[in-house]
Amino acid sequence: MLQLIGKRLAQLVPTLFFVSVLIFSLQHLLPGDPALVMAGEERDPVVIEQIRKQYGLDQPVPVQYVMWIGNVFTGDLGESMRLKVPVSELIVQKLPVTLQLAVMAMIVALVLGVAAGVLSAVKKDSAWDYVINVVGLAGISTPNFWLGIMLILLFAVNLGWLPASGYVSPFEDLQRSLATTIMPAFVLGTAIAGVIMRHTRSAMLQALASDYVRTARAKGLSERVVVWKHAMRNALTPVITLGALEFGTLLSGAVLTEQIFSIPGFGKLIVDAVFNRDYAVVQGVVLVTATTYILLNLLADLGYILANPRLRT
Amino acid sequence: MSAGTAPAPARVHPPEDETFVIESPGRRAWRRLRRRPAAMASLAVVLVIVACALLAPWIAPYDPTAQSWSAVRQAPSAAYWLGTDEVGRDVLSRVIWGARASLAAGVVSVLIAMAAGVPLGLLAGYVGGWTDAVLSRLTDAMLAIPFLILAIALAAFLGPNLTNAMIAIGVTATPIFIRLTRGQVLAARSEEWVEAARAVGNPHWRIALRHVLPNVLPPILVQATLTIATAVIAEASLSFLGLGQQPPMPSWGSMLNSAQRFLAQAPWMAIFPGMAIFLTVLAFNVLGDGLRDALDPRSK
Repeated sequence: MLQLIGKRLAQLVPTLFFVSVLIFSLQHLLPGDPALVMAGEERDPVVIEQIRKQYGLDQPVPVQYVMWIGNVFTGDLGESMRLKVPVSELIVQKLPVTLQLAVMAMIVALVLGVAAGVLSAVKKDSAWDYVINVVGLAGISTPNFWLGIMLILLFAVNLGWLPASGYVSPFEDLQRSLATTIMPAFVLGTAIAGVIMRHTRSAMLQALASDYVRTARAKGLSERVVVWKHAMRNALTPVITLGALEFGTLLSGAVLTEQIFSIPGFGKLIVDAVFNRDYAVVQGVVLVTATTYILLNLLADLGYILANPRLRT
Repeated sequence: MSAGTAPAPARVHPPEDETFVIESPGRRAWRRLRRRPAAMASLAVVLVIVACALLAPWIAPYDPTAQSWSAVRQAPSAAYWLGTDEVGRDVLSRVIWGARASLAAGVVSVLIAMAAGVPLGLLAGYVGGWTDAVLSRLTDAMLAIPFLILAIALAAFLGPNLTNAMIAIGVTATPIFIRLTRGQVLAARSEEWVEAARAVGNPHWRIALRHVLPNVLPPILVQATLTIATAVIAEASLSFLGLGQQPPMPSWGSMLNSAQRFLAQAPWMAIFPGMAIFLTVLAFNVLGDGLRDALDPRSK
């Protein structure tokens, strides 16, 4: 097992290196001189030269990369050109908002996905199974920004039950916080629920066909105990580890969902940065997102190894 | 098709005249696909959308960009089947024309991803060693950045228009094809028929292109269909953010963006473009699943 973990950790270094190179080169994809873009309306050559010096743009590209990555290691992700605030500060500010959404969305996804997956596996080839699969496929195929707009239309515009947009921190007013985040969390959660449902279904089908379930049945245990206690406990481990990998989907979804519901989180930060050509923010946010994703991936793998006795030796 | 499964021999039918006919893999896949009603229905939907995109100038009832101040935000009626938007443009005509942007983005970006990803995956899987290690880590790195975030970043850096959106989505989808092709090639490499091709003295390039590639194509084809669905959503998302198709030309994503401001007054502006995206994506997803089953040599 140690060898397996060591191998996974060794793969981490080059992957993170390539991620950083990719993110760094994004800026250099831009046609034209970054200093000119940073200068904006300013056309004074002295100012442009000063910007070039300040950001090290007069150095060769590999040197610029080393300077940038050196700063990243000390926690310095640069400064937002528009807001004149360190990027790391912005990220620390916005991250809790998106995390709240992500956790709520995961709860929605796990409750809906696992329940539907178990039901569809237990009632395999029945009308239930068919309907759940169709709904799951429809869920995966619905663009989440459209679902968000439709929910606003129904619950905010027509019924007036929930606010159409805005965000309140749970530390300020828990009830209003839930009211402002329940729709976006549902939108994000349903996008993953379909995937979790498919994983749960196949893991459950495998578990239900296994020897230990047959033994449990042979012992005369009730079907409820067999399904919920014996089969599901074993089927859930891969589902939860696979669920961790859906973090990327969550963040992709958060970009548009936060835009639609005007929630000041990570997703909105990156879209605003993209439109204001605030490159340091774009690079910082993408770097933090990718690193988190890679670490979650690693944790999921380790969790899987620990949970699977056959991989432990 | 899972990695490691060798292509099954073509099915042999003994017809009435007792001469044996060997069915080609394409024919067999089509016969299996035809037996799946959901897949056939989704194929029909895809064909209708393709027809809309191709025949838009002839079938759209109005000019999609023509504004009419006397018909602003009109509800669906006999004159305007799906209503009109905030400047009096016909929503149906815009949905029909919008199919062009969505389908073009879906197909072109997947072609870009395949053109780059399949050869690189073939190279990584066939050559192995350092080439494989570097390409695999690069693929991991790209896949670590959430799809839409990478596409948005690329589209923003390239500049907002439909062509750049297609390039951004295509580049973002490339690692999917590198990883898939590599895995398939690795599985195929140790098959006996590859060794046989090597034993009779075929050069490496011929083995890779003439023997390995055709055999790993079916799962790539399935993935391409499913990736078109992802690309259609990605294009709609980029256009929604203003990074894709530019006004006044319609795209489903940008229609949803302007519809958001008039939800209370003109909900039809939001409902129909969204349904168009949903139907297109659903059709490609179901078709992809059907193709997977039809191309799987283990399925009947």
